[in-house]
Amino acid sequence: MEQTILRGRAWVFGDDVDTDLIYHNKYLAETDPKKMPQFSFEYYPGKENFAKEVKEGDFVVAGRNFGCGSSREHAVYCLKFSGIPVVLAESFSRIYYRNAINNGYPVLFVNGLSEAIKAKAINDGDELEVNLAAGEIKNVTNGKTFHGDAVADLEKDIMAAGGLIEYLKEQAAKSA
Amino acid sequence: MGKTFAEKVLGKAAGYEVKANDVVTVEPHFCMSHDNAAPIAKTFKKIGVKNVWKPGALVFILDHAVPAPSDEHAVNHKEIREFVKEQGIPNFYDVMSNGGVCHQVMCEEGFALPGLIMVGSDSHTCTYGAYGAFSTGIGRSEMAAAWATGKIWFKVPESLKITVTGKFKKGVTAKDLILKIIGDIKADGADYMSVEFHGQGITDMTVAERMTLCNMGIEMGAKNAVCPPDKKVLDAIKGKAKSDKWEAIWADDDAVYVKELSYDLGDLVPCVAKPHTVDNYAAIDAVKGTEIHQAFLGSCTNARIEDLRAAADLLKGHKVAVRTIVIPASWTVYRQAMKEGLLDTFLDAGCVIANPGCGPCMGNHEGILAPGEACISTANRNFKGRMGNKESFIYLASPLTVAASALTGKISDPREVL
Repeated sequence: MEQTILRGRAWVFGDDVDTDLIYHNKYLAETDPKKMPQFSFEYYPGKENFAKEVKEGDFVVAGRNFGCGSSREHAVYCLKFSGIPVVLAESFSRIYYRNAINNGYPVLFVNGLSEAIKAKAINDGDELEVNLAAGEIKNVTNGKTFHGDAVADLEKDIMAAGGLIEYLKEQAAKSA
Repeated sequence: MGKTFAEKVLGKAAGYEVKANDVVTVEPHFCMSHDNAAPIAKTFKKIGVKNVWKPGALVFILDHAVPAPSDEHAVNHKEIREFVKEQGIPNFYDVMSNGGVCHQVMCEEGFALPGLIMVGSDSHTCTYGAYGAFSTGIGRSEMAAAWATGKIWFKVPESLKITVTGKFKKGVTAKDLILKIIGDIKADGADYMSVEFHGQGITDMTVAERMTLCNMGIEMGAKNAVCPPDKKVLDAIKGKAKSDKWEAIWADDDAVYVKELSYDLGDLVPCVAKPHTVDNYAAIDAVKGTEIHQAFLGSCTNARIEDLRAAADLLKGHKVAVRTIVIPASWTVYRQAMKEGLLDTFLDAGCVIANPGCGPCMGNHEGILAPGEACISTANRNFKGRMGNKESFIYLASPLTVAASALTGKISDPREVL
């Protein structure tokens, strides 16, 4: 992965952000991932305008167990196609994590983020710098830094291919 | 050193000895999908493989929105029927009287079996652990990949052991136990783990009660949840196993766990999970009297014949005070309830009965709430807006507590009605 520094604004969420809050079940019949961003966080109190106001390059920042609940991949697509380069959270639910990796979408486990959010060390609109490969995050607005776990080797091949389906296509092409 | 259930079952499937945190690639015995088989089929076609690896390993059960309530759902269903025909998939449960909620049908029809590796494109696939299966929910891309390759990778999970002893007091059920556990360890308390239920308290439970426990494993973040495949399970699968690959596998006595918890059933009281998280536990005394506008007795968590009997026993001879929607988990359950006169009991009490399926559980149809309304429900999730309206409130509870509350229009203690 490149050693690029990503810069963008933070959108800050709490612990246990469930899949209905990220992408409500009302819109599950939608099957075009590119149409999903318009519904992002519609049910999250105080973030109803996320879909309208989010800019490409912004970050989603959350506490523990981000993406708990349903297995819906919409909750990954809606953020990926909003131009959010990475989701930063203290931890992710198992299915959300797998869905992200399987779609070539980076998520970073960031130590202490849940408490930092509660202590207002990261707030909506703060400017962040994220070095994804190194797992380093700097809150430019207040100078605080955070450290995340780099993506495990296991998932790197899938991520490098751009997702599980692309990875399988590559494998099929190689063996043909 | 002994092995956990997950280490044994995944080691058997991989063909070599494994321990927690190893990564294995295994062939699933069954892959279950519901209405989302349609978008999965589209993703499958992008991979460039013409045929699914093993048509007989795929099981499709329509349940999320049946019969189709909108043109979008109808198109989804049509695409699934076409894919079933094209691929020659034998195990297809359409909108017909052999169907119902997918997880119930998987168990009734003999797909859920001890020692099998089962995946489903639904987070509540963990339910089949009640039959001793290693079963877990996966996303759509991953399911498409499994159809194409017949393979899936897992990190062998660490395990959480929950030992259950004692006996339920009157009015207390398996739902109260699982809501208490989730309230204690929270929504991420078992993230990525295999949850094993042990002890006499589990042995004493029916398979239906164990399904309620395993079904909600995902609500504490678990990869899978499982109960011992004892005689009750073997009796339940007798003559209907859809695979001969099953084997009763259970953890060794000296297996190593990352965490161990124990519960005495005698300590439990009726309870609810308050809005808007499943871990928002409240003992019945703390919420008694809260006004409700709807009661829902249904879902993959608590709509089996045992649940309907329990609720009907409490409703018999009384009238409900709020609209009460009863949705048996499958048409088999529906028919049995009809034979036993339970449907009459529900109708006499003023309940409405809808066709088996997920109903209003995730807000598709058949019981959407209005702003400001509260519902007491036997389902498994009370996320904000789950039942279709973000200004509504969902309290999760047992069939007994839901029935007691339906009678009064307020959250009520079933022990005071029984």
